[in-house]
Amino acid sequence: MLQRDYTTSQLDVLEAEAIHIMREVAAEFERPCLLFSGGKDSIVMLRIAEKAFWPAAIPFPLMHVDTGHNFDEVIEFRDRRSQELGARLIVASVQDSIDQGRVVEDTGRRASRNRLQTTTLLDAIEEHEFDAVFGGARRDEEKARAKERVFSFRDDFGQWDPKNQRPELWNLYNSRIRKGEHIRVFPLSNWTELDVWDYIRREGIEIPSIYFAHTRKVFERDGMLLPDSEVVQRGDDEPLFEAVVRYRTVGDMTCTGAVQSTAVTVEEIIEEIAATRITERGATRADDRASEAAMEDRKREGYF
Amino acid sequence: MDILRFATAGSVDDGKSTLIGRLLFDSKAIFEDQLEAVERTSRDRGTEYTDLSLLTDGLRAEREQGITIDVAYRYFATPRRKFIIADTPGHIQYTRNMVTGASTADLAIILIDARKGVLEQSRRHAFLTSLLRVPHLVLAVNKMDLVDYSQERFEEIREEFTAFASKLNVGDLTFIPISALNGDNVVSRSENMPWYNGSSLLHHLENVHIASDRNLVDVRFPVQYVIRPQKANDHAFHDYRGYAGQVAGGVLKPGDEVVHLPSGLNTRIASIDTFDGPVEEAFPPMSVTLRFEDDLDISRGDMIARPNNRPHVAQDLDAMVCWMADGAKLAPRTKLTIKHTTRTARALVRDLHYRLDVNTLHRDEEATSLGLNEIGRVSLRVTQPLFVDDYARNRLTGGFILVDEATNGTVAAGMILEAR
Repeated sequence: MLQRDYTTSQLDVLEAEAIHIMREVAAEFERPCLLFSGGKDSIVMLRIAEKAFWPAAIPFPLMHVDTGHNFDEVIEFRDRRSQELGARLIVASVQDSIDQGRVVEDTGRRASRNRLQTTTLLDAIEEHEFDAVFGGARRDEEKARAKERVFSFRDDFGQWDPKNQRPELWNLYNSRIRKGEHIRVFPLSNWTELDVWDYIRREGIEIPSIYFAHTRKVFERDGMLLPDSEVVQRGDDEPLFEAVVRYRTVGDMTCTGAVQSTAVTVEEIIEEIAATRITERGATRADDRASEAAMEDRKREGYF
Repeated sequence: MDILRFATAGSVDDGKSTLIGRLLFDSKAIFEDQLEAVERTSRDRGTEYTDLSLLTDGLRAEREQGITIDVAYRYFATPRRKFIIADTPGHIQYTRNMVTGASTADLAIILIDARKGVLEQSRRHAFLTSLLRVPHLVLAVNKMDLVDYSQERFEEIREEFTAFASKLNVGDLTFIPISALNGDNVVSRSENMPWYNGSSLLHHLENVHIASDRNLVDVRFPVQYVIRPQKANDHAFHDYRGYAGQVAGGVLKPGDEVVHLPSGLNTRIASIDTFDGPVEEAFPPMSVTLRFEDDLDISRGDMIARPNNRPHVAQDLDAMVCWMADGAKLAPRTKLTIKHTTRTARALVRDLHYRLDVNTLHRDEEATSLGLNEIGRVSLRVTQPLFVDDYARNRLTGGFILVDEATNGTVAAGMILEAR
């Protein structure tokens, strides 16, 4: 008799784990929401949510914390994708937080609204009384994240306490919280950047155009290529030039750099990433360069 | 390409960080900017070599105190496999972290310093590996370069450890002599040890057979979530009622006769649904949605099994418990919340039979409580029936966590030994 081999591919294992996590949240929390930025990780997370509850609709709203400094292509994609799914999209606006005096905007050349997002996010979680918030963060991204749980507990102030995390065993997740506290849930914890791209290829998922190589006016700062935009302040000593670039991550325009690339298909992107020797955050994120523990410090305050 | 999850046990002194660093570096999972950051920090601290432990010690407190606080997960891949490393620290909170890391591991690597041989902590690591039923164990005898690559020394350690391991439930045990620092037998076979005929460590990790480690015999499907589309305009799914979950054991096929617990009623699987279409079979770790031929009252926390192969339906459990809380202790009469598969109930500790010394395996029957990182055998009374298997038979239907109802913290991990 032919023995059936029950080997399961890495993408199937990761997908099954992420679906399990999403269903667990839907079953155990009253008001979950999914952070959807239009970036590749949240796009994959949305596909997993579609799969987890099919043929029913996704049983929670999507939320985007909009700095007002996002790329037009990504915002257009975000709105179109939410509409296709018939999902409710909540946009929490950093501009509103500034107008209401909740946060004060930085000034100067390196001003960025990246850090201000935390207040807007926490205010929105409180306003909508969300008790679970899905994020697309992965443990391979950054070393503080390598130690974060799948169900990451946040106190009344939205703070993460890395020294006091709940042990996580087997596929059992502790969802108990008090009112006012919440859990950040990371279904893609065990995925790597390459897994995300392999999955996008396998599933044939659409992604915003700025992930593919295109010609763009950019300028160089600290070895990063920043875009020409009215929201990015550029000095006279930072000349503009045209380059063929793509984005490896998409975030706020003021702190997200492009990489020089000619990759115009998902296959070419995968080849490029497999060969690259620099991490995605190292290559493209000014926000992580501030200090060795930049991510940890922001996470402690309640950042994504 | 499949996934192998492995846990590493050992302290910095055993060369664990160096070994992980080498595996990551040689498989190109460490990037230039990460290496530069580590080199910069090593230099700032006046360390002469590049301290690869800085790659995993990511938290501010860890770098300031030079210790590892928590389980760190690291990822690398070769053309054959993707690997997930649960890297657990070697000091005080060791037991709790190792138990956590080992709970999902297919394989554990225990590092031994060839000069020091089998120490108390090596025995502790081996015991925890067997307690958590990690199917494969690799004993990496490190620093072989410092004992002149002596076969005699390696054989001595092998014999001593084998004698100890015979008292434990170790499935598959492999010994590999290595030098993590020089790379001997890590990625490729070493020319320094011609007497060693086995695989290099990486070759072993790439080829160890894990597909049959899952329980593919006993059908277990804990119902996780009921799917009922409420789109009035979508007539195709108007009456759809599916039961979603992750298969915890066995192979399910459409047409199979199954039993629903707790009702004990039989029905047949009408269809196994996924977003990508119906499938012909479902097995661990697939997440699927089942539909049945009969309309039964099924909800989250229920179990689907085979009529002639059911889990125990039990409210009284005996289990080995690892206590993980800093402040409170576990003692008879303690009341806790138990989470087992998709079912949550309340549990009362009726009895603490003994506390186990994880170094000597001595059973202290006089013990009256379990503190942080202590392990013991307890009897629990649960408020509603759980559908359980012995942990040795199925890790997913035999494992549970206990939650403190005051602090909401996860305070214990349990492995079921016996159900009544």
